[in-house]
Amino acid sequence: MTAQEQTMKADASLKMKLLRQMLLIRRFEEKSAEMYTKEKIRGFLHLYIGEEAVATGVTAALSPDDNVLATYREHGQALARGVDPGAIMAEMYGKQEGCSLGRGGSMHLFDAKTKFYGGNAIVAGHLPMAVGMALADKKMKRNQVTCCFFGDGAAAEGEFHEAMNLAALWQVPVLFVCENNLYAMGTALKYSHAVTDLEKKAPGYGIASATVDGMDVLAVLDAAHKAVDTIRTTGKPYFLVCQTYRFRAHSMFDAELYRDKNEVDEWKERDPVTRLEEQLTAEVALSADDVLKMKKEVEQEVDRSVDFAEKGTWEPVDQISRYVYK
Amino acid sequence: MTRLTYREALKQGLREALQSSDKVFLLGEDVGRYGGSFAVSKGLLQEFGPDRIMDVPLSESGFTGAGIGAALGGMRPIVEIMTVNFSLLAMDQIVNNAATLLHMSGGQLNVPLVIRMSCGIGRQLAAQHSHSWEPLFAHIPGLKVVSAGTHEDARKMIMAALLDPNPVILFEYTAMMNLEADMEDPLPAVDLSKAKLRKSGKDLSLITYGSGVYKCLHAAGELAKEGMEVEVLDLRSLRPIDTEAIVASVRKTHRALMVDDAWQSVSISSEVSARIMENCFYELDAPVQRLNGLEVPMPYPKHLEDAAIVQPSQIVNKVRQMLG
Ligand SMILES: Cc1ncc(C[n+]2csc(CCOP(=O)(O)OP(=O)(O)O)c2C)c(N)n1
Ligand SMILES: [Mg+2]
Repeated sequence: MTAQEQTMKADASLKMKLLRQMLLIRRFEEKSAEMYTKEKIRGFLHLYIGEEAVATGVTAALSPDDNVLATYREHGQALARGVDPGAIMAEMYGKQEGCSLGRGGSMHLFDAKTKFYGGNAIVAGHLPMAVGMALADKKMKRNQVTCCFFGDGAAAEGEFHEAMNLAALWQVPVLFVCENNLYAMGTALKYSHAVTDLEKKAPGYGIASATVDGMDVLAVLDAAHKAVDTIRTTGKPYFLVCQTYRFRAHSMFDAELYRDKNEVDEWKERDPVTRLEEQLTAEVALSADDVLKMKKEVEQEVDRSVDFAEKGTWEPVDQISRYVYK
Repeated sequence: MTRLTYREALKQGLREALQSSDKVFLLGEDVGRYGGSFAVSKGLLQEFGPDRIMDVPLSESGFTGAGIGAALGGMRPIVEIMTVNFSLLAMDQIVNNAATLLHMSGGQLNVPLVIRMSCGIGRQLAAQHSHSWEPLFAHIPGLKVVSAGTHEDARKMIMAALLDPNPVILFEYTAMMNLEADMEDPLPAVDLSKAKLRKSGKDLSLITYGSGVYKCLHAAGELAKEGMEVEVLDLRSLRPIDTEAIVASVRKTHRALMVDDAWQSVSISSEVSARIMENCFYELDAPVQRLNGLEVPMPYPKHLEDAAIVQPSQIVNKVRQMLG
């Protein structure tokens, strides 16, 4: 059975896993917002609420050996990748028990053991790095994929175009995942791109591409499996555009002057978490109790992450000059 | 007198610049519909329309280069790079085009362009979003580099920069956005090329710019209570540097302490120190001292960030030491 067929037959337990994963991201993000207002988390905080299906679906198609790179809006990807929620929350608190020892904060989650390579806050800055990681895999004959998440805004940067060309020129196994949430801060897609069907940018570089409903985790998983299978068999790059939407502000400092509340409400009708929940309840007779139980477990997991962060410790100031050089 | 925040002062400056000529337009990321990432340009889109307040895609090299081209074509663009942290993506355009075209073309082509960027230090934004890169730009011949460390300059530097036939880099400071100050209305024009004594004194010269100005004034106030008369020299122009003003101050006080948040090695403070040695070494009663940001990428936690940037208490202690 190909991976694709496996997806088609995604059994109830896989779907339950996906639902749980999305619930965890949702709850974790809500808690992060709460901790931000309590000033436990500072600096910039970018929430992933509404976009959970993208990280969840794509990551589920990867193997533990694959590399993952993401942006400053990366809590969802980190959680889906299996980075410990406690270590993420502690990182956002700035505690030394955090996954980047507290040095990075919300925008710079790193976890080498799950091959999670950040957490980059310069828009599109990580795309060329992803190409390089894939190049290393190719040179070292490892059959691995490098998966790189970024936004619609990033696709306007020169580094996106340079990275696409290099990846195609060198034929390296990189999966570019564009999370098209229709806005780059307050700039709508149509004000950023002359051609708004972003997947159309790939063929010009000789890269295969597809677009998928990013509010449907099963569709994302399916598309990601197809993409990853193609990359593993051909060794070539692939560009996957996930059509999604962020329900919250760009960051905690955004008055959202640039979009209509109705638009947000319309997209909320397509909530990826509710969608799968309803589907599961209908299909596999998941009972209201089961869902409640799952939500409770997730709630506890998130609470534990907060406890862990609260109990964490501050790095002594005299260590400040560590990690400038190896 | 009117009382304005630093943000309102910047906006007023932008408005005056836009009103001064139809050729002036603002282009940058999220300057229009979003209202400006620090709300500096909020409302200007409604006031001046989308031809004058242009939102651009994420493409720092592209739109900065376009600004250079538009300046060559006779327009007077004001390019806003959201924060200094993203300016490296535009650095090639700034250094290899804006700063060099006049020279390379044998004086035929000048680039009358203003590039504004805000510097956000001290807000727990971590390593990629906390840069103090005034020294990088001050290194480049062909650029003029100015730093708005006060409300007066926040209001008036944009217009002065526009009147200059050269590319001018203007630094603004996010940490000061909500600070209020009284200012005359109308406010006279400022001279971009001169440093300015923000407080005079006879015991020691605090030489600073940008986010250091108010910090130094605060420290000078504390020191005054202890009977120490410290003067605060705001460099304002980081390229060219007003050597005359520095020398005049040191001749008077015979002691100098440089204060700024940038990394110390190969910085504005190194440059000022060297100029003092070259021009008035025999006037010194003590070695020149420097307080700078710690040479680490900025850590995220508050206690480490505080330790990495210059605190007013450090200035006070250092001055006490130097005078004690
Ligand atoms: C090079 C660069 N320019 C500007 C910024 C400021 N900025 C941060 S996020 C952002 C919008 C990015 O939008 P998009 O790529 O669509 O990602 P999203 O936030 O929607 O997930 C901007 C302009 C930055 N971090 N880096
Ligand atoms: Mg976006």
